[in-house]
Amino acid sequence: MNANKNSTNAPPSTGRNNSHNPWGGPGAVGIGMPVQKPKNFKATSLRLLAYFRPHVWLLMAVSVAAVLSTVFTIISPKLVGNATNLLATGVMSRFGNHVGTHIHFPQLIDDLMILGGLYVFSSAFNFVQQYLMAGVAQKTVYTIRKQVNDKLTRLPLRYFDSHPHGDIMSRFVNDFDNIGNTLQQSLTQLITSAITFVGVIVMMLTISPIMTLVVFLTLPLSFVIIRVIASRSQQYFLAQQTSLGTLNGHVEEMFTGHVIVKAFGHEKKSLVRFNEINEQLYEAGWKAQFVSGIIMPLMNFIGNLGFVLVSVFGGIMVTRGAMKIGDVLAFIQYARQFSQPLTQLSSIANIIQSTMASAERVFEILDEPEEKEEAKNVLDIESPYGHVGFEHVTFGYEPDSPVIKDLRMDIKPGQTVAIVGPTGAGKTTLINLLMRFYELDAGKITIDGIDITMLYRGRLRSLFGMVLQDTWLFHGTIRDNIAYGRLGASEREIVQAAVAAHADHFIRTLPDGYDTVLNEEASNISQGQKQLLTIARAILAEPPILILDEATSSVDTRTEVFIQQAMNTLMKGRTSFVIAHRLSTIRDADNILVMNSGQVIEQGTHSELLAKKGFYFDLYNSQFSGESLGIAAK
Amino acid sequence: MIRLLVFLRPYRVSVSLVLLFIFLQSLFNLYLPNLMSDIVDTGIAREDIVYIFEIGGFMLLVTFAVVLFSITASWLAARTSTGFGTALRARVFAHVEEYALHEFDHIGTASLITRTTNDITQVQQFVNMSLRMMVMAPMMAIGGIIMAVLTDARLSLVIVVVMPVLALAIYLVLGKGIALFRAMQYKIDRLNRILRENLIGIRVIRSFNRMEYEKKRFDEANFDLTDTATRVNRIMASIQPLMMLIINLSTLAILWFGAVRINDGAMMIGNLMAFLQYVMQILFAVMMVSMMFFMIPRASASAARINEVLDLAPMIRDAVLLQEPGDSVRAEGLEFQNVTFRYPGAEKPALEGISFRAVPGQVTAIIGGTGAGKSTLVNLIPRLYDIENGAILLNGTDLRHFLQHSLRAKIGYVPQKAVLFTGTVADNIRYGREEATTDEVRHAAEVAQATEFIDGMQDGFDTLITQGGTNVSGGQKQRLSIARAIVRRPEIYIFDDSFSALDFTTDANLRAALKTEIRDAIMIIVAQRVSTIMNADQIIVLDEGRMIGVGLHHELMKTCDVYREIVASQLSDEVSAS
Repeated sequence: MNANKNSTNAPPSTGRNNSHNPWGGPGAVGIGMPVQKPKNFKATSLRLLAYFRPHVWLLMAVSVAAVLSTVFTIISPKLVGNATNLLATGVMSRFGNHVGTHIHFPQLIDDLMILGGLYVFSSAFNFVQQYLMAGVAQKTVYTIRKQVNDKLTRLPLRYFDSHPHGDIMSRFVNDFDNIGNTLQQSLTQLITSAITFVGVIVMMLTISPIMTLVVFLTLPLSFVIIRVIASRSQQYFLAQQTSLGTLNGHVEEMFTGHVIVKAFGHEKKSLVRFNEINEQLYEAGWKAQFVSGIIMPLMNFIGNLGFVLVSVFGGIMVTRGAMKIGDVLAFIQYARQFSQPLTQLSSIANIIQSTMASAERVFEILDEPEEKEEAKNVLDIESPYGHVGFEHVTFGYEPDSPVIKDLRMDIKPGQTVAIVGPTGAGKTTLINLLMRFYELDAGKITIDGIDITMLYRGRLRSLFGMVLQDTWLFHGTIRDNIAYGRLGASEREIVQAAVAAHADHFIRTLPDGYDTVLNEEASNISQGQKQLLTIARAILAEPPILILDEATSSVDTRTEVFIQQAMNTLMKGRTSFVIAHRLSTIRDADNILVMNSGQVIEQGTHSELLAKKGFYFDLYNSQFSGESLGIAAK
Repeated sequence: MIRLLVFLRPYRVSVSLVLLFIFLQSLFNLYLPNLMSDIVDTGIAREDIVYIFEIGGFMLLVTFAVVLFSITASWLAARTSTGFGTALRARVFAHVEEYALHEFDHIGTASLITRTTNDITQVQQFVNMSLRMMVMAPMMAIGGIIMAVLTDARLSLVIVVVMPVLALAIYLVLGKGIALFRAMQYKIDRLNRILRENLIGIRVIRSFNRMEYEKKRFDEANFDLTDTATRVNRIMASIQPLMMLIINLSTLAILWFGAVRINDGAMMIGNLMAFLQYVMQILFAVMMVSMMFFMIPRASASAARINEVLDLAPMIRDAVLLQEPGDSVRAEGLEFQNVTFRYPGAEKPALEGISFRAVPGQVTAIIGGTGAGKSTLVNLIPRLYDIENGAILLNGTDLRHFLQHSLRAKIGYVPQKAVLFTGTVADNIRYGREEATTDEVRHAAEVAQATEFIDGMQDGFDTLITQGGTNVSGGQKQRLSIARAIVRRPEIYIFDDSFSALDFTTDANLRAALKTEIRDAIMIIVAQRVSTIMNADQIIVLDEGRMIGVGLHHELMKTCDVYREIVASQLSDEVSAS
């Protein structure tokens, strides 16, 4: 009397973009969908299984519970059949001598009690199995997720610059979701389905080998149906996926460019295109839905065929006395359970494959080469002066195309280096090298005479303060954001830093002052205010060397003046690398690096560079003097 | 959710047919055990093999009928739910295309994208599952009860008792589970947010040495999520064994009471066997539906988000009495008369008392700090927003009297943030005017100082721009979007801070080229850089939404403090002071 319990394991989908259907229902999931195949199934699955090692005992318990629960489930129809036989005997005997020979109730009670016990145990073990597995699965996912996140902190910047954030995010969201679901559901399903399949066959054989053969007749039909449907529906799902991708792309593009669509009056055109794609999506979509949707009815059909066969042949066998009536009843149950594990197994096979593909993508992160190890005999700078030297530095993002060639610079403590050049000239390169986000190809950079590779990265980076145009603030209070500059800074120090950064005033005009929580995009304060906060953060950190970006293109004039003043305060007495936009900074700089299309092309002081009459000379004339002279004339 | 079902209306017939077929399918499916009981009670009892075969043949027919019904139902359900999704999607997209900027600001572009794509897919899937599964349960239940009562009314009492018990169990477990589900979703979002912050801020985090801190932050969120996920799954672990137990125990009850009735001669054994089958079918149908309840919170959240989009009516609509703007801009040009504009819900107006006239052949420049209202002001011209008070006139006619489309046809707009579309470079320029010839496209690119880099690209004007224009730089994007406006040959040019990503040389060359190119159009330039606009025929200085100065550069240098401040902050002291 137990229908297949696996059929009702609907995996509640846990993620937003769950790739497989949230309805894990009657054995159809995964069959129809296109499957992503892992590159190396065996290695990946072994590696994933290794995470179970700490839970070996629990897993044993899970397996035992799963086996027991399944075995009890398999036995019970036979017992129901026996009970029915008991009824039948009673009835038959009554037919026989027409005297009220009654059903043997004490025996029936015994049978039903045993059956009841089996049911209770089966459910209990089933519960225990799922309950324990929930703990194991989630803990395992937790461990892997933590490992991957820890790994991210050790990966070089090169990795983040060359992998889109969306890609990394999707591994965290979708792939982990996939892994979690599989660990929770599919592994035990694998066990129970396999046992059910074998167990059912064994039970059927013990009852009647001939009838078993009859039921087996439906088996090839199941295979054929699964085959045909799977290939068909994959094809439609792929088509659906393609149309959906095109459609999403169109929506994204049109909405992002809405101003332009509107201003140029292209709404109709965009709508026409949308309807076109939407129509394609409809065509592919309903077919995919349909084909994947008929697996269940077809399986039910096969089940019914089995039912008919068993009823007819069982009936005949009973009339011949070759079988008891209760056995037919038991057989009906077994026949119904017979095809389900098959569907289930083939669906699990697909799910596990796609999970391994997910696991592979996650492990890929774990296998990325990490930042170079810290030097063996690490040195330290006790009281840094900020004396920075570039000695024959050569560097390129690609091995064969250096963007910096043999750069030599000697920057005395407190001096300013201005970096100038057209937009997109690759000014971040210098930051990458100074902070050792990237490794040099040749030469070395020194601070107070010490090669930076001889310092702990953490120590090295603590020497720098950075104020960039793309401010980074996080979801939290303003206080926390400033305090980010130095662990354990006191309230007074935080406020002092804010005052020095000219940020105190605006912070106090906010409704919650320093406790104002910045929202996710930090859009509740202006761009300029954000910049002031990052300056305050840098001031609090008190670094001997600064990296500043003067660009303030989206900041209003007054805030800009504040920012400038704050930067000047900050720069006092510190060695500074300034991505310069203002003439005064450039002219007063002790050294100017001229960059163009990613390369350092000239270097020197203002007058030296002017005298050179090179790129800088042109740049300077076009940028500043031409128009400025116009003003001067007025 | 319910409101969206309006989109099912064209499929009324299909939906009714789906219901009918599923009902028939359920009834026929339930009829099989009934036939089996005939085999047992009549065929076996009379040892009538012919009868058994007859009934068997009949059962086969019923089996085929069942599969036919259910496949037809699936076919109709697939077409209906997909059609529903298609119609809903088309409606939402068309509605959003009507939006002006205000509505986009209100909901947010990213969110609008999700609502039009994922949310609709979510709802569509829900409709599909409902049509196939959810309606099956009541049908099965009704059919099952009918058959059960017909077979043995007294024994049917077992079902009457079990159903509420099962319902209660489902209610209790799901009630708890769904709340936890919501909590889990929230925690997933939080973990993702932390991860995103970590990815974006990686340089800052490393330069401040806060990796350990961030690790801890992530770990806390990770642990919290794991905790909730474990609880969710543990609750889920109870639901299925519990239901199985209820179902199994009810079969025991049926066996027992059935035995008693058989013993009394009130029931035949085949009937009992059939009865057991009915109960199983009914209860499994109920159980299947209970699993679907987990889709409800998700689908209803999606539905609510979609409804919000549909409920937000575009503020700007075409007037009833329309006037055509006339073929060319007359000398009256474009006039702002005491214009006040306020973002909806804002306490202070974003623009107040703006009055000026921009005439053909002249350059009107707008300068001022962030938040001064510069972009807002120019966005009013193509009616991307509508004003609150005052009037904006073109050739003496209020903008609101024009058809939006014909007004915008006169405007070449270059936005602050350059936007390109998937397609070739030429396609993107031609977006300004579809019928532009190759020469015109090339010429526009030349004026926009874009030919040099276009020719340097692999396929020149036929080079494909990827989505979002990721394969061109910011400055290149800006130049292409300028070319797009130029090829339009509009009567009004709007440059909203469109030179910011250009270096000074290109900026200067571009302005020189524009000057010779555009002779009799109205030019409105918003800029941050003084050097970009100081030769304009009219400079408007905005501060906090008000005009605090208007005039030529040298006039403003004398009369306008804020203007002087701006100039001073951008040009080196000695140059501007001299």
